[in-house]
Amino acid sequence: MENSLELIEITPWCWEIPKTGSMRVPGRVFADRNLVEIAAQEKALEQVSNVACLPGIVTASLAMPDIHWGYGFAIGGVAAFRMDDGVISPGGVGYDIACGVRLIRSNLNIHDVRAHVPDLIHELSRMIPAGVGRGGDIKFNRREMDQLITKGVPWLTEKGYGWHNDIDAIEDGGVFEGADPELLSLRARERGFSQSGTLGAGNHFIEVQRVEKIFDEKAAAAFGIFEDQLCLMVHSGSRGLGHQICTEYAKKMVGVAVRAGIDLPDRQLACAPINSREGKDYYATMACAVNFARANRQVMTHLVRRSFEYIFKTSAEALGLDLVYDISHNMARFEEHEVGGEKLKLCVHRKGATRSLPAGHPDVPNIYRAAGQPVIVPGDMGTASYLLKGTEKALTESFGSTCHGAGRVLGRRAAKKLIQGHELKSRLEMQGITVMAGHPSTLAEEAPEAYKDIDRVVEVCHKAGLSEKVARLTPLGVIKG
Amino acid sequence: MHEFEVIEHTADVGIRAFGNTEKEAFENAALGMFSLLCDIDSVQEIQTYTVEVKAGDRETLLVEWLNELLYLHESRGVLLKSFKVTELAETRLVGYGVGETIDESRHTLEADIKAATYYMLRIQKTQGKWEAEVIFDV
Repeated sequence: MENSLELIEITPWCWEIPKTGSMRVPGRVFADRNLVEIAAQEKALEQVSNVACLPGIVTASLAMPDIHWGYGFAIGGVAAFRMDDGVISPGGVGYDIACGVRLIRSNLNIHDVRAHVPDLIHELSRMIPAGVGRGGDIKFNRREMDQLITKGVPWLTEKGYGWHNDIDAIEDGGVFEGADPELLSLRARERGFSQSGTLGAGNHFIEVQRVEKIFDEKAAAAFGIFEDQLCLMVHSGSRGLGHQICTEYAKKMVGVAVRAGIDLPDRQLACAPINSREGKDYYATMACAVNFARANRQVMTHLVRRSFEYIFKTSAEALGLDLVYDISHNMARFEEHEVGGEKLKLCVHRKGATRSLPAGHPDVPNIYRAAGQPVIVPGDMGTASYLLKGTEKALTESFGSTCHGAGRVLGRRAAKKLIQGHELKSRLEMQGITVMAGHPSTLAEEAPEAYKDIDRVVEVCHKAGLSEKVARLTPLGVIKG
Repeated sequence: MHEFEVIEHTADVGIRAFGNTEKEAFENAALGMFSLLCDIDSVQEIQTYTVEVKAGDRETLLVEWLNELLYLHESRGVLLKSFKVTELAETRLVGYGVGETIDESRHTLEADIKAATYYMLRIQKTQGKWEAEVIFDV
């Protein structure tokens, strides 16, 4: 693939795409030489410069080290727009609105419980519907669904799905303000709620993990993390609800952009002024999907706790199955940031990027205010995941953002050509990792070879100051949806 | 002439569909999409699902046609294998897909396609043949 874009090395961890043509701001990629070269080989850098052409964008069109070629916006993209003349773009959030991860800790030491891991994985896969197209057993009627997507996780915990202190460890206290279920189309409801209002399905993966290494003792203690601890990570999103909302608004906004005289370098960048009817409606429906995605992860947490209780014959409370944190990596939100010495309210899009806030920031939950925001970075099945903490520098460099994962280097089909699902399963089992997958081919798509080196991605974030390493977690068991 | 080929993309997957007519290229794009979702040979032609979509131009109609079929797949739990576009005007498409309700004992879903996107969307006629390209979010 040709790459005519010029790249200027600002630091070994930050590269600039100079402002040319109709770009309103430069592009800026946080990466080392190797990662930026990978991004340059595909069309990801072109996508970073396309986003820089959108109205109202401030500072720069940013990309995190796990950047890869997406559609419209690159995956790993961060872009902030002024409220008065800026835009909001469904493509800048993605189809899987509020896709994210949560980390659940325990007070179990892996050396005491390793023998139980295969049984635990089996029980988790029995309790939590995984796989494409599978529904869940927990159902709500329409009125209840409206409550859930307006009032978020606190409403669920009131209903008995989770603990009251769970909401202290979820972004926004578990409820994203501004959701308006009246704006949801019938189709969005049908796709999202599988007609009968199921929850708990569609996980991307659930992993039982071991805390392999601690980098920051103080922060780890604040997050309740210790070496050789058994933890569990859930990765899932807003399913058909988010997909349908994005589908509908991407179509609507192609027309809006034309009417508003916005020149789109790529139709998938379709957007509307933040203050327009369509812009406001998109935000209010996106907010529904945000609450829905978090609720989904909350219900899964409830089922995880029941699974642990069954296997260990001990209450979830006694096992210390507390939530470390829940973060979303596909979102747009209104935030205040300093731009050119001035405090501005901005609409920050993160598509495959997470927030990374320093100690003392008002959006960091009280329990972590002194330590900084926990950042959870899920890895691929064969290597590792990370727990990081937010930094002051992220606020000045990246609107308080850092990476969201390893980032793909191989397409799904290329990964399948490289390795068969069952081969991968036996290889992982040789490494002592128990694997359950809905379908062998979905397993092969997620082969470790298909991803960038997560250690490298996290290291670049650390060196660039976007986040700091707290702990490295390795998989003991994986359930792949 | 084969019906379609798969386009490789780092995060996602696309389809390049061919046809002697534009309608046929649209039909083959739908066939390509469902071939990504499941083993199309395991699907029986039992029930017909009609689709009517409106959009600003042909490219958007293609995306809408595919997204409408995806909506049927997810909300009605169906797999489709044979497609017909009966009417293709500048801003309106009428067509149908034939298939059946998912039966877990016979069907295995191999992928979850979230949507057909507008990225790199292209319909063109070269040497009397039609080609339609679309990238999916998977």
